Amino acid sequence: MVWTRDEMAARAAKELRDGYYVNLGVGIPTQVANLIPDGMRVMLHSENGMLGMGPFPYEGEADADLINAGKQTITELTQTSYFSSADSFGMIRGGHINLSILGGMQVSQAGDLANWMVPGKMIKGMGGAMDLVAGVRRVVVVMEHCEKSGAPKFRRECVLPLTGKGVVDLLITDLAVFEIDKRGGAATLIELAPGVTLEALKSKTEAEFAIASSLAMP
Amino acid sequence: MNSKIYSSAALALSGEVRDGMTIMSGGFGLCGVPSDLIMALKASGAKDLTVIGNNVGCDDHGMWHVLANNQIRKVLASYVGENKILESRYMSGEIEIEFNPQGTLAERIRAGGAGIPAFYTRTGYGTKVAEGKETRQFPGQDGVPEWYVMETGLTADIAFVKAWKADAEGNLIYRKTARNFNPMMATAGKLVIAEVEEIVEIGELAADAIHTPGIFVDRIVLGSGYSKHIERLTTRPRAVAAAAGEQF
Repeated sequence: MVWTRDEMAARAAKELRDGYYVNLGVGIPTQVANLIPDGMRVMLHSENGMLGMGPFPYEGEADADLINAGKQTITELTQTSYFSSADSFGMIRGGHINLSILGGMQVSQAGDLANWMVPGKMIKGMGGAMDLVAGVRRVVVVMEHCEKSGAPKFRRECVLPLTGKGVVDLLITDLAVFEIDKRGGAATLIELAPGVTLEALKSKTEAEFAIASSLAMP
Repeated sequence: MNSKIYSSAALALSGEVRDGMTIMSGGFGLCGVPSDLIMALKASGAKDLTVIGNNVGCDDHGMWHVLANNQIRKVLASYVGENKILESRYMSGEIEIEFNPQGTLAERIRAGGAGIPAFYTRTGYGTKVAEGKETRQFPGQDGVPEWYVMETGLTADIAFVKAWKADAEGNLIYRKTARNFNPMMATAGKLVIAEVEEIVEIGELAADAIHTPGIFVDRIVLGSGYSKHIERLTTRPRAVAAAAGEQF
């Protein structure tokens, strides 16, 4: 059994802590916004210049001046603040954002991340991804373990151009969770999806990794 | 008496644009975009422009019009999706794009406007963005030495800014996430033109609430017939959202 996209989002939501300021990327990470536990104070940051992102507006109430970084219409909360892009990325670069959860194309065992360009294809640009991974204190990547072709995405080295070097703290895939010591340049398997054997995981992983002692291997 | 207020975007720009100039234009996606000034730039017919902005419009909107009119030679941006003309001209080599991380782009403009020629950032270290740039170690967030990349400040011949309200002094207030790159660009142009939705009497804007002080703004234009565009309309139906108590 592999983890579904909802289960991957739920696992990512376990990284939330009371009082955190959090930036969520597009795709599975966006779902984490719906999974903030009751009673936990989490402020969502949108890098185009907003803290305290609210839900989508009701039909007929969308405001063209109020969008998130994915350019979707959203709403404000009573505690919301707005600011310039320079202030917004000052929050990111200055280490004031506690947690960033984002998608990836490839991750290396040393915590390198590639998620912005594929050579030969149209480059759309990195947007704020390079700033987020370089500046946010804890970076969590959520991605499928393999490409549709079956090629492993968790690798010794990224083949695709990097978004950041030594930036990923935690990798959540549909098969497993790895903690990455980005200073030490080493990854450790800390969780396996139910029914996924270590052999099966290794056959789909190019990266080398240690196995946490907490993981009781059958 | 000298007035900053011009009766149209075309008059505010008249005689100011020349071939080869560098133009900054505010906005994030279609939010906070000075659309009248962009159409006046198109009407000027100036060629070989370098355009600095987070995006270069998207199909049929914003700076896309200037691009479609073959006036742009080079772009500095962080994200250029949803723009078929730009895609084809970039792939064919007709247009040069310098991709900047969004925060680096914002800070380069802020630095340029504040008289800071260069700064160091951790963003982009070890990536294509750092190629050919000076790198240096400084203590990082937790005091341990980390590698940083030197980035240079950016200025422009003309900066287009979109604000919500202005007074005759040029004091500006932005609205919600339409602020984005506009405040920095207001500081970084040799000529700064603000397009606004409302020009109010001096004294009507609370002095403590002003986002961009008038010293940065040379010319003010009242935008015409505002129809703001939404790139991705996302809503929730009332009954279902209330029942599920969803955040998104």
